[in-house]
Amino acid sequence: MDEELEGFRRDTAAWLEANCPAAMRQPVESERDVCWGGRKARFSSDDQRLWLERMADRGWTVPEWPKIYGGGGLSRDEHKILQQEMRRLGCRPPLSSFGIWMLGPALLKYGNEAQKLDHLPKIARGEIRWCQGYSEPGAGSDLASLRTSAILQADGCFLVNGEKVWTSYADKADWIFCLVRTDPAAAKHLGISFLLFDMASPGVSTSPIRLISGYSPFCQTFFDNVRVPQENLVGAPGKGWDIAKYLLTHEREMIGGMDMASAGRDSMHQLAKTAIGTDSEGRLNDSLLRADIARHEMNALAFALTLERVKDEARAGQGVGALSSMLKYYGTELNKERQELLMSFAGSDSLMWEGPDSHDGDMAKSWLRSRANSIEGGTSEVQLNIIAKRVLQLPGA
Amino acid sequence: MALVLNDEQRMVKDSADGFFAEHAPVAQLRKLRDSNSADGFDRALWAKMADMGFTGVAIPESHGGTGLGMVAAGLIQEAIGRNLSLSPFLSSAIVAATAITRGGSPEQKAALLPQMAAASRIVALAADERPRHAPAHVETRAEASGNGFRLTGAKRFVLDGHVADRLIVSARTSGEAGDTDGITLFLVDPNAAGVSIERRRMVDSRNVAAITFDDVQVDGADMLGAPGEGHAILEAALDAGRACLAAEMLGVSAQSFDSTVDYLRSREQFGRKIGSFQALQHRAAHLFCEVELARSATLKALTALDEGSDRAAFYVSLAKAKAGDVAKLATNEAVQMHGGIGMTDEFDIGFYMKRARAAGETFGDSAFHGDRMARMMRY
Repeated sequence: MDEELEGFRRDTAAWLEANCPAAMRQPVESERDVCWGGRKARFSSDDQRLWLERMADRGWTVPEWPKIYGGGGLSRDEHKILQQEMRRLGCRPPLSSFGIWMLGPALLKYGNEAQKLDHLPKIARGEIRWCQGYSEPGAGSDLASLRTSAILQADGCFLVNGEKVWTSYADKADWIFCLVRTDPAAAKHLGISFLLFDMASPGVSTSPIRLISGYSPFCQTFFDNVRVPQENLVGAPGKGWDIAKYLLTHEREMIGGMDMASAGRDSMHQLAKTAIGTDSEGRLNDSLLRADIARHEMNALAFALTLERVKDEARAGQGVGALSSMLKYYGTELNKERQELLMSFAGSDSLMWEGPDSHDGDMAKSWLRSRANSIEGGTSEVQLNIIAKRVLQLPGA
Repeated sequence: MALVLNDEQRMVKDSADGFFAEHAPVAQLRKLRDSNSADGFDRALWAKMADMGFTGVAIPESHGGTGLGMVAAGLIQEAIGRNLSLSPFLSSAIVAATAITRGGSPEQKAALLPQMAAASRIVALAADERPRHAPAHVETRAEASGNGFRLTGAKRFVLDGHVADRLIVSARTSGEAGDTDGITLFLVDPNAAGVSIERRRMVDSRNVAAITFDDVQVDGADMLGAPGEGHAILEAALDAGRACLAAEMLGVSAQSFDSTVDYLRSREQFGRKIGSFQALQHRAAHLFCEVELARSATLKALTALDEGSDRAAFYVSLAKAKAGDVAKLATNEAVQMHGGIGMTDEFDIGFYMKRARAAGETFGDSAFHGDRMARMMRY
């Protein structure tokens, strides 16, 4: 077994070496460097397109999905090796996608065969970009109080009406996976269904929301008598909340995990050394900041090891449940702390919004963007509620 | 190696959890404290720990141990932490055994390790000279004399030094206090002329000794490792002890946390369970996350030691620092959330807070290990 894996490692390293373009081995520096795919995809370079195509051909945009759905059919051990080898060579992820991180796992579990065969391969190849229709103006932390309605018509179509908010990249997405209320008479959690539809459908419109960072990654999304074929319903009518929760666990792990990827890397003290300088023994010149960094890196490392352990335990059939809330809570709080520290290293340079050397205010914008980490996908407070209730079994109010 | 227990380790965990809960619960600590026990631990328990194979966990099979390794040692120490069990396990079976396994001559190993594994001999490490841990700060001097050395100096915070049958003493054969070069380790008979040992009881009811060496004659054959190169052996022994202390503090944290959650579920005020108050729920949920992080860091350190990884020392410092911070938080939160009863001697939770404080301090606190990590990462 170990020999087989070592063989896989050698082959994988050789393939990556031969096929990952040099430009795709540079660190991701801005949003331009991230490939989201989709019908409206704009590749920032030929290398970016080539890298996506080559990886998609091997199914390695979704290494553990079955081959029949466009995946690589790898075992978890093989996937881990692929990740290690990609990290070693500095390979960028070929494709970033809510389809991969969120919808895919939910479809694999709850979708029917036709839905899987229709949607999963297009996700794997980056042909369709998805967005998530969850929050509404009146349904934030209390998501299950959502009101967007989908009423089945005589012609077998749902008629969708309502408004979503905080729809990430709705203006760039091709399709939406959407929580809708199909039974207004049922209890709050029981009248919700999970519906997929094309954002190009008549009656769909979007309006970007300008954030404190100056970016507009989120939209308000309006549905005005949108007709959606009945077969686009995933799972049974009224069972959407189960799918929503399942998908949220993946979203939370993704948000927590992404932050870990940045929080766990050891470049933070390197940046600090450059910015602050060191004394004759090589220690950072600012002893209080040095202590803050050490404390932060300690927590970031322990968190990264926890992600690793949780996965290893899951594979061995051990461990406790409801950990996605822990990962989401801790990972996002760590990332916020990291951004605060990065701002501190740079001092007044971090405040520059425009002009020479401001990099378009990248640093301040990243700091501002990261404030949303502990709000989106369920606030830190909601995660703590979930841990208290599900893991610790503390009594309700 | 995956961060998950294998079958053998799960068996060790099950037997250790059961053993210490049955034979050495907190009630035993209370009894030993209240009876002003001369040894500070129960020798019958110590013998039973040998029967279970626990005392030989860090000693190779070729020298009478089980050679199960550090992950297994950590599982035993975690159970010790959960029950606050008293014994010289850490000082003799882990720290001293590692020093001798790592640095001892074939004769020294043959003479000492089988008896240590059998719990018929206790060996203690005399290294610290200052209130804050600084293992390279060695002022105790060893001057060459005849075919041996003469030792003069003062050691403090020698864990279980008052019951030790042998001492491992760090002394300087060259250089200045603070230098890592020039430190030499010696095996010293505590009954030798010029050795005086004073027992000191601590806040956590453990015992340490303050030991002075006044021109103590030591035979050249009792040198542990090569002259001037004791620091590496010392660090290996300390790292084994630090990783096990992390595991003990994990046990302390987990047990105080469990007691606290039980209390939140049962205690009523204002006509409802206090666990229904969100102010307490969120603190408990945060604590849950912290204990999980301490667990991951500790398992990684123990695994890295078993693998002989060149990053082991780094992960040991991470584990010692993180588990120490978490144990401090967990036990303080436990006392606070228990309210008035948490302040009473009659209730056990205070013992956990005392042990967390002492274990956190032993072999370097989180500031010491945070600094050590930063130095290893060169900042």
